[in-house]
Amino acid sequence: MTLIDLANPTRFLALTARVLPWLAAATVLLLAIGLYQAALAPDDYQQGATVKIMFIHVPNAWLSMFVWGVMSIASLGTLVWRHPLADVAAKAAAPIGAAFTFLALLTGSLWGRPMWGTYWEWDARLTSVLILFLMYLGLMALWRAVDDPSRAARAAAVLTLVGALNLPIIKFSVDWWNTLHQPASVMRMGGSALDKSFLIPLLVMAIAFTLLFVTLHLAAMRNEILRRRVRSLQMMQASRVAFSSEIGPGARGQNASNEVGAA
Amino acid sequence: MSLGPYASFIVTSYAAAAVVVAILIGWIVLDYRNQTQRLRELEERGITRRSGRSAMDAS
Repeated sequence: MTLIDLANPTRFLALTARVLPWLAAATVLLLAIGLYQAALAPDDYQQGATVKIMFIHVPNAWLSMFVWGVMSIASLGTLVWRHPLADVAAKAAAPIGAAFTFLALLTGSLWGRPMWGTYWEWDARLTSVLILFLMYLGLMALWRAVDDPSRAARAAAVLTLVGALNLPIIKFSVDWWNTLHQPASVMRMGGSALDKSFLIPLLVMAIAFTLLFVTLHLAAMRNEILRRRVRSLQMMQASRVAFSSEIGPGARGQNASNEVGAA
Repeated sequence: MSLGPYASFIVTSYAAAAVVVAILIGWIVLDYRNQTQRLRELEERGITRRSGRSAMDAS
């Protein structure tokens, strides 16, 4: 099956029906392994047991940016290639990305209170991630505000691509400004600064959360395709009613078609 | 496994993640049921796609 084949929503639904159970099982398995390793990880010599918050905070923080990246590629698919599933992918990803960003902010705050002495500081990293969260909410509001999905898709795609400018700001905020947040310690020049006893559970949890996103995203895309089919059928039903009332009760049902496009 | 003096912060972090992920999964499952139910109702009223296939058809 090629990428072109996946442009067909019906084929995409068939694919999701096949892969979703396997993805869900792999996610549960990796999450269980990651949580087990996180529970057994040693205390940090400075932070003590609070370092365990890292295993939940960092994957969510990575995903908050990764999901926006996925939405940006999907937005290019909408504006440039006009791929039929591109805006479905972008719309379905927004609430999931918002949830991961919310968790990154919340767990970061809960980690910051014992380590920094404050739940919140208006520094560059925290503020730029808060802006990312607000942009997710804005996108979700935009999708809801416009009734026609194809019209909403173009506006949302432009907003998503403009919002992508925030991603490098988030990533490099700890280098460009003097922030309370620590600099990068995993993905940095010269290799990870983390000991293996922390790094391995962290990577397992990151892969597990990424798989969780892929699973939820495919399921949400399937729901969005079905929602659009419902909308098409409802519009067809409404046009039948209008057509029947136009030609009068005697002709009702004689010429009205029951067919709609294959959404 | 001892979580030390900040156990409440650690437990709250993991609990919040579990609750949010559970809400996401629940929302997606309920949405799927809702959409398939609406499609079934429309098809029972005789509204079908041009292809003639069921709107829930994935094959």
